[in-house]
Amino acid sequence: MSFTPNIQAFCCHYTSQQSCTEKGGGLQEDGFPDNITINRLACGGKLQVSSLLEAFENGADGVYVVGCPTDKCHNIMGSQRAAKKVLAVKKALAELEIEPERIEMFHLERGLHPEFITVGKKMAEQIKNLGPCPFNGDFK
Amino acid sequence: MIIAKRKPVAEIVDMVKDYDRVLVLGCSGCVSVCSAGGAREVEIMSSLLRLGCKKAGKELKTVEGTLVRQCDKEFIDSLDDWDGQYDAIVSMACGVGVNFIANLRPMTRVYPAVNTTFMGGSMEQGVWTEQCAGCGNCVLHLTGGLCPVARCAKSLMNGPCGGSVNGHCEINKDIPCIWQEIHDRLGRLNRQDDLLNIAPIRDWSTAGHGGPRTSVRDDLTI
Repeated sequence: MSFTPNIQAFCCHYTSQQSCTEKGGGLQEDGFPDNITINRLACGGKLQVSSLLEAFENGADGVYVVGCPTDKCHNIMGSQRAAKKVLAVKKALAELEIEPERIEMFHLERGLHPEFITVGKKMAEQIKNLGPCPFNGDFK
Repeated sequence: MIIAKRKPVAEIVDMVKDYDRVLVLGCSGCVSVCSAGGAREVEIMSSLLRLGCKKAGKELKTVEGTLVRQCDKEFIDSLDDWDGQYDAIVSMACGVGVNFIANLRPMTRVYPAVNTTFMGGSMEQGVWTEQCAGCGNCVLHLTGGLCPVARCAKSLMNGPCGGSVNGHCEINKDIPCIWQEIHDRLGRLNRQDDLLNIAPIRDWSTAGHGGPRTSVRDDLTI
């Protein structure tokens, strides 16, 4: 049976700029998977662990965060803070025996670059290979 | 402050697996400051418990709350606000909080979400170290303010032991030999002669070796 994963991307203002101004339409034309929803953040430093968990609670099969390169973050430490939140969720997922690869962190240059499309495709493939998230089963 | 650390989520999910509704209860005291059991951690824990139960095919309803402290009766009394809304409490307070709920609520099921580890402080963000063992007979006035009970792996009263290397403890090379630091500090303060006084064999009866301790202030009791 075909499986189209629900993927939630959290992108800081700087790494998601063009996708926001074009409302994502231009991205799809360039091959960005349409099963990825972009959630825009003012800064990766604003990201909370609870927001990432909430994405899983709301049915995400995979989640990823895009922030500035670690040495070029507009807000200095924002993307490093985001990466630590992602690590915390990876650890919690592992404790629940869920594949930690269901959440990833990427550090990309600001604005629209081919890498933004590449990591989207990479996550879409990665999560598709993992299959539906075990959190999304029916209640007994 | 009292330092605590979240238990593995699966362990807590197993504690609550038989319940449908859980009150996840934080504490705004020490565990909030050390980011183990304050309001933010309550939000995260609630989400993790719901997800853990969901994975097991069970729906868990969570109610979230955070008390000013869980180590005072008057604040525990405010649990009345959630009466009838939960089957069990997952306390994110230190062990004192869990005990207080158990003491004061004979029919309430309460479970710990954190491991209470030590009394310490944070010298840098995200890192906490043990500073005090609560031994009940403070000797900091003799040791330059640095505690050999809590911070020497052997709790020596006349150190160092001879096993430290380059100022680091032989038991754990990541921590400094506190007796080296005591010697260095007293030297800087021109009090090195204090170290010529040999500490007598210590009486540990104040350190909990006689069972749980009680402190009473007659001027405060009613």
